[in-house]
Amino acid sequence: MCLAIPMVLVERSEFDGVVELDGVRRTVSLMLLPDARKGEQLLIHAGYAIGRLDADEAAETLALLREYADAVVGL
Amino acid sequence: MSDSAQYSDPRALAGLIGQLREVAGGLDHRLTFMEVCGTHTHSVAKAGLRRMMPPSVRLISGPGCPVCVTPVDYLDRALALAALPDTVVCTFGDLMRVPSSTGSLEQARAEGARVEVVYSPRDALELARRRPQSRVVFLAVGFETTAPTIAAAVAEAEADGVTNFLLLPGNKTMPQVMRVLVDDPQLEVHGFLLPGHVSVITGWRMFGFLAEEFGIPGVVTGFMPTDVVQGVLALARQVAQGHATIANQYGRAVTTAGNLQAHRLVERFFEPADSAWRGFGVVPGSGLGLRAAWAHRDASSIRVDLPAPREPAGCRCGEVLRGVVDPPECPLFANGCDPELPVGACMVSSEGTCSAWYRHERWLEAGT
Repeated sequence: MCLAIPMVLVERSEFDGVVELDGVRRTVSLMLLPDARKGEQLLIHAGYAIGRLDADEAAETLALLREYADAVVGL
Repeated sequence: MSDSAQYSDPRALAGLIGQLREVAGGLDHRLTFMEVCGTHTHSVAKAGLRRMMPPSVRLISGPGCPVCVTPVDYLDRALALAALPDTVVCTFGDLMRVPSSTGSLEQARAEGARVEVVYSPRDALELARRRPQSRVVFLAVGFETTAPTIAAAVAEAEADGVTNFLLLPGNKTMPQVMRVLVDDPQLEVHGFLLPGHVSVITGWRMFGFLAEEFGIPGVVTGFMPTDVVQGVLALARQVAQGHATIANQYGRAVTTAGNLQAHRLVERFFEPADSAWRGFGVVPGSGLGLRAAWAHRDASSIRVDLPAPREPAGCRCGEVLRGVVDPPECPLFANGCDPELPVGACMVSSEGTCSAWYRHERWLEAGT
């Protein structure tokens, strides 16, 4: 139930935003994330943006995963 | 490769598991790590991570499914409210099939009770606006992730003067129940995979007490397969090095202090309250009640007749939630209780431990 889906903010008004994932758009409340900016990846839970994804941190994790993958031979 | 494919990359998983095997192999005892989040329960089962673990690493589930830990008398009250005139009960879909003492909300709706499934607390608020002559009661369940969305809906109702929007408070918070888990002599847990989306709200620092007071490591962990294995590896490394700290594997989403706007909204409307959990009984300070200033929105003060609370006979959901038995140890598991015709709450919700084992790992033995 604590599922939160990352979706990109494509439009916003004062309290609401339109977020998109794979071409699917939906309106969510930005009451819990009033400073959300267009283009950011937001975490959407129960109709509200509850947080954002940090692109630098994500890149760091993905780089680490590539290191683990590269260390594996023969798969 | 898309981000999501990279977080499930079999080569990265193999590399991580190889490291885990090395670290765990250097220890002279088996490691038991517990996750306390239904989304982790589901991720672990769906990706088949339990059987990828080295034999000396065991993953178990705790009370991480909000629907599962919601006690039967809460549902009894919800059903009684739905039977009142001019009252509509709104709920997240997960609660619909959970058995009360007299049947589920789904059955009650089929028999004419006014129960509406909503995706967001805001949808319940909209319903209240559209039907000013009805009393709309939202079933407020869920952990720290969900509570702010409910507080936000109440804030909107207050701002717009929507007086017919009420809550049946049932939200729960993790820290106090985790203290109970740590103190349980039946349970030996060497570390916790901490819930990533709870931590988006609370910040990872909230879990500091595990390491500081109990010397138990914790790693805030994301939900993709590589996230979970990275979390397990980080826990195993801490045990191997004799450390106990709270680490943050899910740095792309989780900060130290969390979402402060969410804290402010929850704080405005709710206060810590004693709360009953299936399997645990009443845990002091483990729930959220509405503050006295908002008593006019509290549906728990509405007088209703309640049946004597009755749990399904033979169901071991409570022990499954405490992590002391695995689903196959319940006599009903796959033997009269399955996701089509569930007997207990842990089989109803797709995030329930029994449902996750049944759907993805039915052939595994208890203790795997």
